Amino acid sequence: MSSTRPNQLFRNISSKIAAIPMIVTALFVFVGGTIWTVVYSFTNSGLLPRLQWVGLDQYERLWATRKWLISIENLAIYGLCMLVLVFVIGFILAALIDQKIRFEDTIRTVILYPYALSFVVTGLVWQWMLNPEFGVQKVVRGWGWESFTFDPLYSADIAIYGVLIAGIWQGSGLVMVLMLAGLRGIDQDVWKASRVDGIPTWKAYIFVIIPMMRPVFVTTLVIVVTGIVKIYDLIVAQTGGGPGISTEVPAKYVYDMMFQANNLGQGFAASTMMLVTVALIVIPWAILEFGGSKHRD
Amino acid sequence: MQNSVEIKNLDLQFGAVKVLQNLNLEIGKGEFLVLLGSSGCGKSTLLNCIAGLLDVSGGQIHINDRNVTWAEPSDRGIGMVFQSYALYPQMTVEGNLSFGLKNAKLPKPEIAKRIKHASEVLQIEPLLKRKPAALSGGQRQRVAIGRALVRDVDVFLFDEPLSNLDAKLRADLRVEIKRLHHKLQNTMIYVTHDQIEAMTLADRIAIMRGGQIMQLGSPDEIYGQPINKYVADFIGSPSMNFLEGNIKNGTFEMGELSIPLDGYEFGDTGAATEGAATMGIRPEHVVTGELVESTPFQVDVEVNLIEPTGSDTLVDCEVAGHHFRVRMDGQSRVSVGEKLRLGFAPARASLFDAKTELRL
Repeated sequence: MSSTRPNQLFRNISSKIAAIPMIVTALFVFVGGTIWTVVYSFTNSGLLPRLQWVGLDQYERLWATRKWLISIENLAIYGLCMLVLVFVIGFILAALIDQKIRFEDTIRTVILYPYALSFVVTGLVWQWMLNPEFGVQKVVRGWGWESFTFDPLYSADIAIYGVLIAGIWQGSGLVMVLMLAGLRGIDQDVWKASRVDGIPTWKAYIFVIIPMMRPVFVTTLVIVVTGIVKIYDLIVAQTGGGPGISTEVPAKYVYDMMFQANNLGQGFAASTMMLVTVALIVIPWAILEFGGSKHRD
Repeated sequence: MQNSVEIKNLDLQFGAVKVLQNLNLEIGKGEFLVLLGSSGCGKSTLLNCIAGLLDVSGGQIHINDRNVTWAEPSDRGIGMVFQSYALYPQMTVEGNLSFGLKNAKLPKPEIAKRIKHASEVLQIEPLLKRKPAALSGGQRQRVAIGRALVRDVDVFLFDEPLSNLDAKLRADLRVEIKRLHHKLQNTMIYVTHDQIEAMTLADRIAIMRGGQIMQLGSPDEIYGQPINKYVADFIGSPSMNFLEGNIKNGTFEMGELSIPLDGYEFGDTGAATEGAATMGIRPEHVVTGELVESTPFQVDVEVNLIEPTGSDTLVDCEVAGHHFRVRMDGQSRVSVGEKLRLGFAPARASLFDAKTELRL
């Protein structure tokens, strides 16, 4: 009968059917896989997973391992510097390109180009660039500055900053493009109003334009942070974790433990720690961002 | 009257495209001038030049007897209101009003005083702590006007401020802008494409086309004595009826019809120029019914179409092969196919040269 309300289950049934594969993937692969990993991090799995409980032993070992501690420290240095620098550089580049310059398309393409390269290629290119035998140091010395030294990848204390350079070179183009899209979305009348008000350009950027670009900043932040946390291939290609263990990162630790050292339990414990760290950052942010959304204007 | 804004031989071009050409305009102190034209006529461009938001290619702009051609917008003594409001969305209304003043390092009591005054005048006191997103369109535009008001300047520039509002709000805010002008007695330059806004607000209207001012005059002059056919056609809704014919011996001849031109005031020449011409008569100046007997020219037509608008009824018909519209009272009962007798006085019509399209 047409007067009865149709069953809610069958509304938009075709879209629901189409969504099932993704729902299944999400449930079994992501959620299931995560739970499985967390559970097996409490076992002494070696080459193959086995359910032999050892309590928190794997975690105690993990936090007593120097390689893991250095990995965490490296990720913190790389992540913090990357986040700040890539935003600052990306935004400044976008603001400069937004000044109605000539050859904008060309410049934009050139700056975005590194992003089209894989981390492996980026790592290799910068390994060569930073090689004292035929990289930047060689070129500058060739110009006559004989004492010039620039070989970050060969000093354990600063090798991670050599990786950082490559990361920024690769990532700032994407941030620039996203920021540029945000800037282009700003109503030109707002700029005019700020000029009539006599606001200097830099002040207009900081107090008016950047607050207006909040959604773009959030999107960019998510993209950049996920890129930072999963950093692995750049390290493998550029330094292989060296010199020594000075550029190790958590994702590489996990991989090494699981597939090189045949110590699945230790790898699971490390990846669980990574998950916990990300969750500690994301959950409070998500509550702040979306939890109170009903009360915001 | 002392001039508040003077524009001398202003030129503006983008590459090879000339947007404004040798434009001259003098605006008196306390005058309300409306720049009116269809889109792309250069009216907003001219306003942006006056504001200093666009660099001119040639000529000078004087505001309050000071050459400000190359001055920064904030140093010109102007306030500006934009079509899209252009409020700073992350600041409260109070923040929007005070941001420019704080930046100019004005003392705090002075800022507070000006905000109080502006919010009283515009009745936005209850909104001061709110953010623009929590305001309606009309309220936002009031805040935008307030931002111009607190600058304590002599010249206000409006760039189609009411175009984003719905019809009723537009009418309300229009009255309010007029009231504001009476109260403040500031010079106001107002850009719009809406002729009702132009007619109701302006002391003088400048009709623009192709980067030039076609006619500058009071709303009465623009409506009653349009200087050329373009202006005549542009002003008035529904637009003027045009009849093509010839002037011969003081009559306007059009096929079998001839309209006596007694009472029509010719321009410079003072007398009828013989030859091809266009006669324009506004739909509201055509009479029907008993009044027809008193008009010098009368004609019988057949009603083709009726458009009732409530207050008026628009009747479509044909006069000597030309499409012709008549505005009748909303109460009048006419039906399609009916015969109707029309009449009008040539004194209220406009005659244009067929070639130059200038008023005769």
